[in-house]
Amino acid sequence: MPNLKDIQIKISGIKKTQQITKAMNMVAAAKFRGAQEKVEEFRPYASKFSQVMGQLSEIADPNAFPLMEIRDVKKVCVLLVTADRGLCGAFNANLINETQKYLRAQQAEGKDVAVICLGRKGYGFFSKSGVEVPYHLVDCMANPHISDAKKVGMELTKRFLDGEFDEVHLMYGKFVNVVTQKPTLQKLLPISPQVLAGPEDEESQDTGPKPTYIYEPGPEEILDTLMPMFINVQILASMLETGASEQAARMTAMDNASRACKDMIESLTLTYNKARQAAITAELMDIVGGAEALKG
Amino acid sequence: MANKLNLEVVTPRQQVVSEEVDLCTVPGGDGVFGVMANHAPILATLKIGPMHYEKDGDRVRLAVSGGFVEVSNNKMTVLAEAAERSDEIDVERALRAKERAEKRLAEAKSGREDIDMARAQAALARALTRLSIANQST
Repeated sequence: MPNLKDIQIKISGIKKTQQITKAMNMVAAAKFRGAQEKVEEFRPYASKFSQVMGQLSEIADPNAFPLMEIRDVKKVCVLLVTADRGLCGAFNANLINETQKYLRAQQAEGKDVAVICLGRKGYGFFSKSGVEVPYHLVDCMANPHISDAKKVGMELTKRFLDGEFDEVHLMYGKFVNVVTQKPTLQKLLPISPQVLAGPEDEESQDTGPKPTYIYEPGPEEILDTLMPMFINVQILASMLETGASEQAARMTAMDNASRACKDMIESLTLTYNKARQAAITAELMDIVGGAEALKG
Repeated sequence: MANKLNLEVVTPRQQVVSEEVDLCTVPGGDGVFGVMANHAPILATLKIGPMHYEKDGDRVRLAVSGGFVEVSNNKMTVLAEAAERSDEIDVERALRAKERAEKRLAEAKSGREDIDMARAQAALARALTRLSIANQST
């Protein structure tokens, strides 16, 4: 027979947990809206940027740029973008797992690997995993800013140009919808001409015949200054996307937690009522038994 | 609206300006240049510096840093890493940034090698631009 007092304590404890998860759900919902707005606000910048990059790559010879140089791959670097905080379901774990899977596959091919971490969760894992982490940036995911992306971008391009890495890939949590966030791997360096040309979007089509531009300075020089920025833009985009994904994942996780709390409270209340009734019945039996005995 | 230029200033954060203007002057990579309506298509890099535009006789100043400018079909797009109108500039912050950058530059000159000169110089240029833009408006 479970103790009535014990069950009561348990129920009140779970109720408190439920309050917390409910509150976290609401906070995540509000933050998610903010994060999504940021993604939206960033979109015009990103689309214009890639449009111009596409235009330029048609004119300039893309093979002349060090950031596009394809080398024999001896060392691969993954730029892993995770959240700074946990309690968002398997979101960070999924990203880390995917990264590890990729790293193992690369190691199996005899390549050296390294991970650069953006966000506390990824860094926390890889700093202890024995994989080389040459650079990391934490506490930047709550409010991703171009200056953070720039810092990481500069670090990456420098190491790439120095020959430390021959390839850099970007791993981030792509936002599909509120219930689905997909860890996605994307090649960052060397910049491939296809990425540069960008997807054929309708916006660039409707301008009719392509105007001949005056370039100031020449197209090569412009491309040269824009390429590092292009890397930054991609990093920032992945940060914003991961930020939105994180909040969405947290929303779902907290919603599930609240529901699990509700189920537990229900079943515990049932046990409590049964135990209470059993106690009452036992007491009645005692009284009736005693009365019967007196009668006789 | 004939003889007006559609100006858009976009940063990763937000769209700062979207207006029909008469004239816009920007700090290009090869020097400052002005754009009026029906300008030939141009694509130019953008330096750290002041830009301004004129609309019906009003003059608006902005501090911009890094990016590029595209003009085509009477539409001008400025893509900058940061752009602030003169009244949006945080003077305190710019002053602090200026002092910090100056200190770093001085240290770099006195032989410290771990300081990135180019970065400190860029930071100083940004701070000075912001300050001069902010001062002009008052």
